[in-house]
Amino acid sequence: MPRIALFISQRLVKAVFVVLAIAVFNFFLVHAAPGDPAAVMAGEAGAADAQFVEQLRQQFGLDRPLYEQLGTYMSKVVQADLGYSYRQQRPVFDLLMDRLPVTLSLTLTAFVLALLGGVALGTLAAMRAGTWSDTAITVVGLTAYATPIFWIGLMLILLFSVNLGWLPAFGTETIGAGYTGWDAFLDKAKHLVLPVTTLGLFYMAVYTRLTRASILEVRDMDFVKTARAKGLPEWRIVSVHILRNAILPVITVAGFQAGHLIGGSILIETVFALPGIGRLAFEAVLQRDYQVLLGIFLLTSVVVVIFNLLTDLIYSLVDPRIEVAP
Amino acid sequence: MTAAAITPARKGSGFWGAFARNKGAVIGLVFLALVVLMAVFADLLYPASPWDMTAMPFQPPLSEDALLGSDTLGRDIASGIAHGARVSLLIGLTSTAVAVLIGVFLGAVSGFYGGRVDDLVMRFTELFQTIPNFVLAVVLVAIFTPSLTSIVLAIAIVSWPPLARLARGEFMSLRSREFVHAAVTTGQSNLTIIWRQILPNSLSPIIVSASLMVATAILLESSLSFLGLGDPNLMSWGYMVGAARTVIRQAWWMSFFPGIAILLTVLALNLVGEGLNDALNPKLARKGRS
Amino acid sequence: MTETTLLDVRNLTIDLPRGADRPHAVEDLTFTLERGEILCVVGESGSGKSMTAHAVMGLLPKAVKVSSGGIRHQGTDVLSLPERDQRALRGGRIAMIFQEPMTALNPLMRVGDQIDEVLRYHTALDRAARRARVVELLASVGLPEPDHLRRSYPFRLSGGQRQRVMIAMALAVEPDVLIADEPTTALDVTTQKQILELIRDIQAKRHMGVMFITHDFGVVAEIAHRVAVMQKGRLVEIGAAEEVLNRPKHPYTRQLIAAVPHLIEHREDFTRDRQPVLTAQKVCKTFHIGGGFFTPGRKVVAGDDLSLTIHQGETVGLVGESGSGKSTLGRSIVGLIKPDSGKILFEGVDLLSLSRPAFRPYRRHVQMVFQDPYASLNPRHTVGDIITQGPVAFGEDRHRALDKAKELLTLVGLDASAAERFPHEFSGGQRQRISIARALALEPKLLIADEPVSALDVSVQAQVLDLLEDLRHRLNLSMLFITHDLRIAAQICDTIAVMQKGRIVEIGPAKEVFGNPQHGYTRTLLDAIPGKGWTVPEDVVPVTRRSAALRNSA
Repeated sequence: MPRIALFISQRLVKAVFVVLAIAVFNFFLVHAAPGDPAAVMAGEAGAADAQFVEQLRQQFGLDRPLYEQLGTYMSKVVQADLGYSYRQQRPVFDLLMDRLPVTLSLTLTAFVLALLGGVALGTLAAMRAGTWSDTAITVVGLTAYATPIFWIGLMLILLFSVNLGWLPAFGTETIGAGYTGWDAFLDKAKHLVLPVTTLGLFYMAVYTRLTRASILEVRDMDFVKTARAKGLPEWRIVSVHILRNAILPVITVAGFQAGHLIGGSILIETVFALPGIGRLAFEAVLQRDYQVLLGIFLLTSVVVVIFNLLTDLIYSLVDPRIEVAP
Repeated sequence: MTAAAITPARKGSGFWGAFARNKGAVIGLVFLALVVLMAVFADLLYPASPWDMTAMPFQPPLSEDALLGSDTLGRDIASGIAHGARVSLLIGLTSTAVAVLIGVFLGAVSGFYGGRVDDLVMRFTELFQTIPNFVLAVVLVAIFTPSLTSIVLAIAIVSWPPLARLARGEFMSLRSREFVHAAVTTGQSNLTIIWRQILPNSLSPIIVSASLMVATAILLESSLSFLGLGDPNLMSWGYMVGAARTVIRQAWWMSFFPGIAILLTVLALNLVGEGLNDALNPKLARKGRS
Repeated sequence: MTETTLLDVRNLTIDLPRGADRPHAVEDLTFTLERGEILCVVGESGSGKSMTAHAVMGLLPKAVKVSSGGIRHQGTDVLSLPERDQRALRGGRIAMIFQEPMTALNPLMRVGDQIDEVLRYHTALDRAARRARVVELLASVGLPEPDHLRRSYPFRLSGGQRQRVMIAMALAVEPDVLIADEPTTALDVTTQKQILELIRDIQAKRHMGVMFITHDFGVVAEIAHRVAVMQKGRLVEIGAAEEVLNRPKHPYTRQLIAAVPHLIEHREDFTRDRQPVLTAQKVCKTFHIGGGFFTPGRKVVAGDDLSLTIHQGETVGLVGESGSGKSTLGRSIVGLIKPDSGKILFEGVDLLSLSRPAFRPYRRHVQMVFQDPYASLNPRHTVGDIITQGPVAFGEDRHRALDKAKELLTLVGLDASAAERFPHEFSGGQRQRISIARALALEPKLLIADEPVSALDVSVQAQVLDLLEDLRHRLNLSMLFITHDLRIAAQICDTIAVMQKGRIVEIGPAKEVFGNPQHGYTRTLLDAIPGKGWTVPEDVVPVTRRSAALRNSA
C-alpha cells in the first residue's frame, strides 16, 4: 500500500506543476494578445471605461517588468483570485463557482454513462466480431463519432421536444412550477436527459471502438490460451481474463479525454441553455470578456487534472504492476 | 516467435487491393471526391455569394428558388453548403498539416534522442494533453480574433499531442531495431538514419492518424464557427447551424442540411482512414504462424 | 491399442486455411502416448508439432480444422465430445504448458488465484481445501515460501519461477497427460536443466504420459523415452529414444542430428602469436533502468572490469546467460554503447577516447552481425541498397558498391540477383546471409557476431555457422562471437570467455575451458548443457559440411 501512496503523491506533485504551468501559459496568453493587456483584460475595447482600465493597470502592475507581473499574477491565482469581470460586475471566481455544479453534473453523468455503455457495447461487438450485431454497433459508433455534438443536440430537441413533446429542451428546471422534494429531482433529471445523451453519445462511440479493439487484441494473448487450456467456461475467460486486461487502455484514454468532455460541455450548454461554465464561456466569447474566458480555461484545466488523478487512482487499483511503472 | 513482422513494403496493386477490400473505405473515398468537386466548383454551381439574399426568407426545401430552402435572411442553404465545403476542407487539411509538422518533429526528436530531451518533450506534450483542447481553441481564437489563420493555428495547437506521442513511440521502437543499429555501425549519419531508415518505416501509422485527424479538425472548425468564432468573411457549415439554432422550431432545414454535410464528410474521412489502416498496417501478416 | 495407451492419434489431418503455404498443417499423423512415458515430438518450425498439441487440447485457431482422423483419450473420441465435456478434459485429464512463461500467466491476477481457478472448475473442493492444495502444489514444483508466493503477481517472478507456476497449475487436478510445448526454449540453460529435471521427476512420480514438444535434440537426449520426428506436417520417424538418437534411419532425422552443434575435436589449436587486433581493458558499464528527472531508476551492472584480447584470425566466444552483459561488450566495441570507464584498443588506438568524427573511420574496420534476421534488415530497402549503404556512406561510388555487393552475395551463397529484391522475399537463414554480406561490404578486420544463429532452425543454424567459419578463414577475419549456447561456442570458437553478472569469470582456449573448467559457474553451465551425456553418432556427421552448406542457400 505505501507504494500506491507514493505513486499517488508523485501524481499530486505533478498535478500541482501542471496547474501552475497552465497559469503561466494563461498569463502569457494575455500578453501575446494583440493590443493593450489591460484593455484585453477589461474586455472589448471601448466598452470598459478608462478608469477601470487604469485600475487594472495598477492592480496588475502592467507598467512593471514582465517577471514581476508574472509574480503578481501567480500569487493572485494561488489565492483563487482570477480577476474581476467588468461586464458582470462580479469577481470571476464567484461567477465560476456559481456555474460549476451544473457543468459537473452534466459531464460526470455523461462520462459515467458513456464509459459503462461504451465498454458494454464494445465487449458485445468484440465477442461477436464479424456478425451482424458487431457490424451494427460499429456502424452506429462510426456515425456517432462523425456527428458534430451541437447538431445531435439540436436534432434531439427537434425530435423529442418539438415533435414528440416528451422531454424539455432548455434549462435545468421548469421555471415557476414550484416542485419540491422528489418531484423537483425528477424535473431536474428530465431536463438533463437530452444534454447528457448528446454529450455521452459521442464518447460512448469512442469507448466502444476502443474497447472492441482492445478486446480483440487481448483475446489472442498467451494467457487467454492458458485460461482455455485450463478448461474454464467461456464467460469466465471473457470476464476475468480478457475484459480486465482489455479495460486498462480504455481507462487511460478515458482519463485523457476528460478534457475533451469539458470542452464539449461548452457546446451542449449553449444548445440546451444550461447555466453552466460552458454557457458562461459562450457568453464571455460574445462579450469579449477575456478575464472570464481565461478563468474558465484555468478552472477547466484544474478539473481535468483532478479527473486524471482519479483515473490514475482507478488504474493503480486495477493494475498491480503500477508500482513499477515510472 | 522472435520475428516481429515489420510491415512489408507494399506498392501499387497491393495497396489498392487491400484498400478496396474495405467497402466502406471505397464509399468514403467516392463521397470525399464529390465533396472536393463541390468545393472546387462552388463558384460555378452557385455564382452568387453565399451571403447574398437570393430568395424569400424561410423558404422550405424544394422551393423554386432554393433547393434546400433559404435561411432567415433569404440566403440559399444549398449555396452555403457548397461554399462551406471549401472552408471545411481547407481548414481541415491545413491545420492537420501544421499539427503533423509539430507533432512528428517533437515526437521524432523525443523518440530518437531519448533521455532528458525525451523527458522534457513528453512533459510538454502531457501538459498540452491535459489542457481541455476545445476550451483552449476557443480561448485562442477569441483572443487573437477569428480569422482563417487563427483558426488553423488554434486547431493545430490543440491537435498535435497525440501525433507527437505516436511518432515518439514509433521512433523509439525503430531506434532500437537492429537495422537501425546496423545503419549506425556502417557509418551512416544521424540525419540519413532518421530520414532513410526510420521515417519511411514509421510513416504508415502517421498517415492513418493524420487522415483521421482531418476529420477531427473539421469537427473542431464547425464547433468553433457554431459558437460564432468562425472567420467572419467565410461561409461555413458550423456557422449555418449556429445561426439557425434559435429558429429550430420554425425552420428545421436551416440547421439540418449543413449538419448532414458535416456528418457525411467526417464519416467519409473516418472510413477512408480505416481503409488506409487496413492497407498500410496489415496485422494479418503476424497471424497464422505455427 | 492397449490398456496403458493414454492418447491415440489416428490418421490425423489438419487443414490450413486457403492461401497458406501448404494445404495441411498436419497430414495423416498416427502415434500413441502411453502411460508413464515421455514422448518427444521433434521438428523445425512449421513442422506441425505445435498444431498437433493444440488439436489434442481442442485449442486450434478458428481458421484451422481437423479434416479427418481422430484423437482418442483413453478410448474416448476427443474431437466429437460436446464442448462441456471437452472443457472437463482440458485442464482436468489433459493439461498443457507453453513456451513463453513471461506471457502465459494473466498479469493482473495473483498466481495462487490462477491455480485456484483450475481447482474451482474441476473439483468440488471448498475454499480452504483449495487453498491448502495451491500451497501444496507450489511447494511440489520447488517454489520457495509457497504460502507467500501464492499472493504474488506474475511480474514479480522470474521466467523459471513462472514456468514452475505453470507446471503447478497443469498438475492441479492430477491429469494423466501433460503436453509441454517447448517449455524450456525461452529459458536460460541452467533454468532449463532445472525445469527438465522437474518435469522428469513429476512424470515418474505420478506415472503420467508426457508429450514433450521441442526442436532441440539435446533436450530430447535429456528426457525422452520415445521420439517422434516431424517434417512439414508428416511423421517421418518414431521409435525408442536410444534408437532414434544413435541410429537414425530417416535422412531428415540424420540431417537434423548432424546439425546439432558440438565440440569439434579435430580442430587445430590456435596460436596466439599474431598481432592483437582488439584489446578491451577494464571496461565498465552500468545501466539505469526507468527513472526520470528526479528518480534515479534501477541499476543494472552489465560490464564490470571486462578485459580480453582478440588476435588476428582468432574467434573469441563470449558466452553467458541472459542478463550476463555479454552483448554490452560487443555493442561498446562498435560504438552503440558508451562504457562508463575502461579502454577499447583497436590496433593500439583507444576507441573510447575518440570524438564522434574521429571514431567514424574505425567503424569500417569493426562490423556487426545481428541476432534477429527479421529486424536487422530495413523492410523498405532492396537488398542491394542495404549492402551498399555502408560503402556509399564512406564515399564509394554507388555503381562500384553495387557490383561489389553482388560479388558478396555470391560469396555468402546467394544469387547476385538477390540485390534487386526486398528482405521479406527471403527466409531467415538467407536474411542472415544478407546481414553478413552487409557487414563484409566495408571489408572489416573484426566481426562482432551477436547471437547470429539463435533465431534460426538447427539445420539452417549449422549452415550459417559453416559460412562464418569458412569466411573467417578465407578473409582472415577476427571475430567476437557472442552466444548463450555453449555447444555453438564449442564448435566455432578458439577462445572462450564466460560471463556472469557483468564479469568475465573465466577465459581461456576453448579446449581447456570445456575440458578442464576452472570456475564453478563454468562447470554449472557445462553441466546444464542438455544432452551432454549423448554424443552425436560419428556416422551421421559429414566429414565436411562446408561445401554442402555453400551449395544450399539456407
